[in-house]
Amino acid sequence: MSPQELVKSLRSFLSPEAVLYETEDMKPYECDGLSAYRQLPMVVVLPQTEAQVIQILQLCHATQTPVVARGAGTGLSGGALPHAQGVLLSLAKLNQIIAIDPLARMARVQPGVRNLAISEAAAPYGLYYAPDPSSQIACSIGGNVAENSGGVHCLKYGLTVHNILRLRVLTISGECLEIGGESLDSAGYDLLALMTGSEGMLGIVTEITVKLIPKPEKAQLVMAAFDDVLKAGNAVANVIGAGIIPAGMEMMDKITIHAVEDFLHAGYDLDAAAILFCESDGGAEEVADEIKRIYAIMQQSGATKISTPQDEAGRLKCWAGRKAAFPAAGRISPDYYCMDGTIPRKRLADVLRGIEALSQEYGLRCMNVFHAGDGNLHPLILYDANQPGELEKTEEFGGKILEMCIRVGGAITGEHGVGMEKINQMCAQFRTGELAMFHAVKAAFDPSGLLNPGKAVPTLHRCAELGAMHVHRGEEKFPELPRF
Amino acid sequence: MIDQYQAAIRIAAEHKTPLQICGGGTKYFYGNPITGRSNLLDATAYRGIVDYEPTELVMTARAGTRLVDLEAALDRYGQMLAFEPPYFGAAATLGGCVAAGLSGPRRAAAGAVRDFVLGVRMLNGQGEDLNFGGQVMKNVAGYDVSRLMAGAMGTLGMLLEVSLKVLPKPATEITLRMQLDETAAIEKMNRWAGKPLPISATCHVNGELFVRLSGAESAVRAAQVKLGGEELSESSVFWQSIREQTHDFFQSAKPLWRLSIKSTASPLLLPGKQLMEWNGGLRWLLGDESMSAETIRKIAKDAGGYATLFRNNESCIPVFHPLDSGMMNVHRALKEKFDPSGIFNPGRLYPEI
Ligand SMILES: Cc1cc2nc3c(=O)[nH]c(=O)nc-3n(C[C@H](O)[C@H](O)[C@H](O)COP(=O)(O)OP(=O)(O)OC[C@H]3O[C@@H](n4cnc5c(N)ncnc54)[C@H](O)[C@@H]3O)c2cc1C
Repeated sequence: MSPQELVKSLRSFLSPEAVLYETEDMKPYECDGLSAYRQLPMVVVLPQTEAQVIQILQLCHATQTPVVARGAGTGLSGGALPHAQGVLLSLAKLNQIIAIDPLARMARVQPGVRNLAISEAAAPYGLYYAPDPSSQIACSIGGNVAENSGGVHCLKYGLTVHNILRLRVLTISGECLEIGGESLDSAGYDLLALMTGSEGMLGIVTEITVKLIPKPEKAQLVMAAFDDVLKAGNAVANVIGAGIIPAGMEMMDKITIHAVEDFLHAGYDLDAAAILFCESDGGAEEVADEIKRIYAIMQQSGATKISTPQDEAGRLKCWAGRKAAFPAAGRISPDYYCMDGTIPRKRLADVLRGIEALSQEYGLRCMNVFHAGDGNLHPLILYDANQPGELEKTEEFGGKILEMCIRVGGAITGEHGVGMEKINQMCAQFRTGELAMFHAVKAAFDPSGLLNPGKAVPTLHRCAELGAMHVHRGEEKFPELPRF
Repeated sequence: MIDQYQAAIRIAAEHKTPLQICGGGTKYFYGNPITGRSNLLDATAYRGIVDYEPTELVMTARAGTRLVDLEAALDRYGQMLAFEPPYFGAAATLGGCVAAGLSGPRRAAAGAVRDFVLGVRMLNGQGEDLNFGGQVMKNVAGYDVSRLMAGAMGTLGMLLEVSLKVLPKPATEITLRMQLDETAAIEKMNRWAGKPLPISATCHVNGELFVRLSGAESAVRAAQVKLGGEELSESSVFWQSIREQTHDFFQSAKPLWRLSIKSTASPLLLPGKQLMEWNGGLRWLLGDESMSAETIRKIAKDAGGYATLFRNNESCIPVFHPLDSGMMNVHRALKEKFDPSGIFNPGRLYPEI
């Protein structure tokens, strides 16, 4: 179908403002949070109701037009990157909180509702929605489901998959699937899990029932500085080994500490090789106990400086620094590239050393912020897009970090998704058999491959071409990394 | 070992002979009978803990590993399977536990089996040896096939290894007991669940509500004061009897229905004894002849959930809550992709798959 015909058909049931096809109107949709990848779609649609979404899908299905869903466009892996011959389906206008049931502790919301808006709406009942990605003021719950997003509290409170109960999902033919329920268990296969993190490849989510949990009575933080990353890593293991599951456990490395301190003057120890943030939450008595234990463990683990902000303002100030890592990167470098890999925590020191070696090799600086509790690493590679070749070098550096994550037994993405960005590393993480099964799963929902084509799962052909970079878990040693 | 499994699967696929994947055989009672004459595929020989690093909170074990052995290993480091899987017999294996997808009393507070599955190694219907997920807490590379295996009743593949997130055992656990009727108990459980209290399990039976508190001693004692009630002396014995269904309530030959519904749903207007767990989200019902499966299922559906005929299914009623046609199509399509010859436990979950 020609773009003109498609627009005409779409305008037969959508208002003129809901169908964008002029380049300047579509420009804001040409990329998501990974702005290095840009593409204009054929047309952008902004439906306001599920019925309209069904009509859009039916039209696209009938005309074999690719469909790329988009929430708030904060994704960091190019998942919402438009398709040149396709429709970009924005769910942003489906933004109603349909119902909150405080006694049953659940909220029924449309996909375009912002993550934080749910917690704000639940706050009067003393409840909140637990997963809190740093992008929570902007990102949509639909996007969270599609990426299985996490946040700084997910070691204790889980990821999106642990905090949703029910989904309404439209298949590419416009059929509605009701997945899960208001109950904890449901019947048949766990399609709720399968849909979560499926990056808009299996269906379009039009309604989500999320769990709400009680706000903890109290939260308190221990901030500990270490003169050695290895010691900081061990301190994390020691806390967990002592039977404590902290509400949050974050780490920053030296270069990040400096960048943030220059920016915010939070009072961080500039001599430290790493700073750990360890938060306890719960009842007042419990928190007081736990903070005492954490403090002692930090001491025993060789912390050079430990502080426990006594009031809420102090606690928030400490966190502000951790949360300012991205803007701080933006301040010391024209551009930065945020990576997202996971590793078994015990390999942290090895991996940081490996990243340091790569940083030297590529001549690019790299800041490391780390969801230390769950092994999720976010290296921020600093580069300058105006220097010819520097983005390519950065991508190569990033790719090497991800391959290192696989080698130590981790994964190429903890929470940002594969999207367009990590499609090549998928060939390193999985073998042909698994990739073929992923394509089969996709085909079970979307046989003609119209939903977000070309993302998340590479073709076997692509992997064959990349064959040289294949490294499977544990099969190959990593010579650069010292062992201990 | 795996070679032998693969060979058996390939032969079965070629002849389209169903295979009944069997672990410890403790959950034979659960699910529909397998369609057609099947051969046994004994999964118990592939056993043993592959990797367990307490400070990583991850355990990887072969599917044939007995749950007792697994929990004993965890216990040594003060850790546990937080979803408290029911064994229904000492022979229960990890593979069976994941395939059946059943979770115990702590489910409402901590999560279900599927919430703790991090990765699986499995054989599909063509005998291909596949790895999904991994050994790390967060992993969104590829579709979440590992969690899809939880509760699939072995119809999608044979599990070889499973990686699970494990958690520290709480320092203190006590149980409070109070007299309350069903309506009041539902209200109380849900109110409390909306407050920051360390409640790790609830059960209402015979007009009494049992509430388990878990966590730091200080937290547990502070909550005890808030909730009131009388402290039970044999806390763990009681919860064990609920988890394993050795409690008196379950000693009946009547059909035992398991309704997973919205926790705030009013008491079920059905004759027959009932037991509630999960803040009201799980209702066990001893059925009798006067209640048709359709009635029970309609009630469950209206209450936002599903009804399973868990035990004592004398009249060959379909065990699992029927799916609508759209959902069944997706189930069929997935089954077809994972197990194209339809050899794994056919019919155990639904006749179509
Ligand atoms: C500064 C910053 C900080 C961030 N911090 C975190 C963090 O701490 N943790 C974390 O996990 N992520 C983080 N992210 C990444 C991002 O915010 C999340 O991935 C988020 O879930 C994306 O939501 P979105 O609404 O912006 O989705 P989009 O970017 O619009 O889309 C993401 C994917 O979801 C699909 N999609 C969107 N809506 C639907 C729908 N209704 N149905 C089906 N598919 C759909 C799209 O096709 C695409 O594949 C961060 C991003 C930024 C920019």
